[in-house]
Amino acid sequence: MIHLKDIQKTYHAGAPLHVLKGINLDIEKGEFVSIMGASGSGKSTLLNILGILDNYDSGEYYLNNVLIRDLSETRAAEYRNRMIGFIFQSFNLISFKNAMENVALPLFYQGVGRKRRNELAMEYLEKLGLKEWAHHMPNELSGGQKQRVAIARALISKPQIILADEPTGALDSKTSIEVMNILKELHRDEGLTIIVVTHESGVANQTDKIIHIKDGIIGEIEENLNHDASPFGVNGYMK
Amino acid sequence: MTDLIQEIYGTIMRNKLRTALTGFSVAWGIFMLIVLLGAGNGLIHAFEGQTADMKMNSMKIYPGNTSKPYHGLKEGRNITLNEGDRKQTAQSFPEHIITTGATVSQSNVYLSYEKEAVSITLDGVFPNYTDLEAAKLKKGRFINDRDIRERRKVIVLHEKTVEQLFPKTEAIGKYIQAQGVVYLVVGIYADQNSFSPSALVPFSTVQLVYGKGDSIDNIAFTTRGITDEAASQQFTQDYREMMGQRKQFAADDESAIWIWDRFTQYLQQQAGNEILHIAIWVIGIFTLLSGIVGVSNIMLITVRERTHEFGIRKALGAKPSSILWLIISESVVITTFFGYIGMVAGIAVTEYMNIVAGKQTMDMGVFSMTFFENPTVDLGIAVQATLTLIIAGTLAGLFPARKAVQIRPIEALRAD
Repeated sequence: MIHLKDIQKTYHAGAPLHVLKGINLDIEKGEFVSIMGASGSGKSTLLNILGILDNYDSGEYYLNNVLIRDLSETRAAEYRNRMIGFIFQSFNLISFKNAMENVALPLFYQGVGRKRRNELAMEYLEKLGLKEWAHHMPNELSGGQKQRVAIARALISKPQIILADEPTGALDSKTSIEVMNILKELHRDEGLTIIVVTHESGVANQTDKIIHIKDGIIGEIEENLNHDASPFGVNGYMK
Repeated sequence: MTDLIQEIYGTIMRNKLRTALTGFSVAWGIFMLIVLLGAGNGLIHAFEGQTADMKMNSMKIYPGNTSKPYHGLKEGRNITLNEGDRKQTAQSFPEHIITTGATVSQSNVYLSYEKEAVSITLDGVFPNYTDLEAAKLKKGRFINDRDIRERRKVIVLHEKTVEQLFPKTEAIGKYIQAQGVVYLVVGIYADQNSFSPSALVPFSTVQLVYGKGDSIDNIAFTTRGITDEAASQQFTQDYREMMGQRKQFAADDESAIWIWDRFTQYLQQQAGNEILHIAIWVIGIFTLLSGIVGVSNIMLITVRERTHEFGIRKALGAKPSSILWLIISESVVITTFFGYIGMVAGIAVTEYMNIVAGKQTMDMGVFSMTFFENPTVDLGIAVQATLTLIIAGTLAGLFPARKAVQIRPIEALRAD
């Protein structure tokens, strides 16, 4: 599904900052993976490259056997739209659109008609238990509800990969559990490939594979099949 | 399409004040342009109207003083015109002169009818007077050839004189007193800017009654074949030369006789109108420009404010073209909508001006002057100006839109 080979990335804001120093990584279809690391370790940069939001300097990135490199903005937009669903820490809902319109937005860029779009959006909102909130504006929703709207939006275009950047970062522990449970269900029931970036070991513990990243290189890759074996206890995430 | 409208409606409703301010600057620009053009047209129309009744091809000759010595004669001599000069004028330029006329005047004549009296100038004129001057017969008849031949004591009064002498009764057919001479009123005339209007009597009558001999005050004639400024200058020069030989003055002596050429005046007036026109357009376009700058400025701010939102849209799969289209169409919608409002308001105001002050005449007792007439703008021009604004508004939106599109999604997402 995802094949990274010697990905390098340097930022040139003032002094050059070598963020990714040769990342080699393979993620198979249907995996539920977390990328863990301290802040500044390069985990977010890696996720942005995976999401074609940012480019890389050297190396190779294959997504679904397509080489993602030097794409035009239009092509990149198309790939993002069809293949990738994003979940952000700060939700990134459009403030002047209601929940349903926010969810329907990716379909707008696929050219799906208005009626069909809104039907689908309602379907996904219902799945996430937000049917009654469909016509509410984002500022009328709680953090957990906003993130669920964002998840619905990420799912509506039926992407192969879900990229979640600190999805619980702005949530309290209770809603964090809810959100992680949703992601787990999506993985289990729909077989989606999910990549979660986090610095919280409790969140990472919910995933099947934990990729540790440190100073721009991949450290340990941990298989994590027993989600309850964490030292932080059952159903409890460290916050 | 409905999606686009919804998108635009959404953003406009989110920023009501900003949209209103932008809209105001656009509407104001187009409104001012139209009102300015309308007012300018009012002035130009009034200028044109003042002289519209005058024959384009009329010329008048007035006597003056010599300013140069000639064949031993000193400068400063008075030149006088007489009947012979008028006849010579007609004979010397048969190819250019159609008809000639002349005026001989007697000033300070007291005209009275019953208890009313006015002091007035009597102009002795020929029947072709109405062809040569901006005078129109309103009522009755004008002086005819038989009046001239028989030296009849008939008089054509200006409509203002009639108001003074005959405040209540009909003037035509009445006899009026002029210091011992009795005239029969046969007609009433009017002209546009009547600076102390004269009363018109047959040329030969004035000559006889007031002992003018054959001297005349001015010669007037209509010309043909003088169609440009060069021809007009050539004719004037030839005429001076001819008169110079008759009256003993130098051919290049400009003040010996004064030649008033309606055609040259018309050309000068055209140039004046043109300058006025250009000045109005320049002011108008700068006003319009301030509207465009307003739109451009607001679009820049909008784009900066919405960078984060565009980042989200890009992450969800918005193509650069779709973002570009979103911004530009918003700009176009705002400028079109408010430009249209400004245009309609501007036209409404010019039409209102037309009703209230459509024919504004300044009456200063002795003379009246039209200085404002039909202050409206051609609808075509109003639409063109609005279209210009819309196109400019599009371009004004294009620049910031391109900037927004070029930002990488990750940078746009970070912005806030």
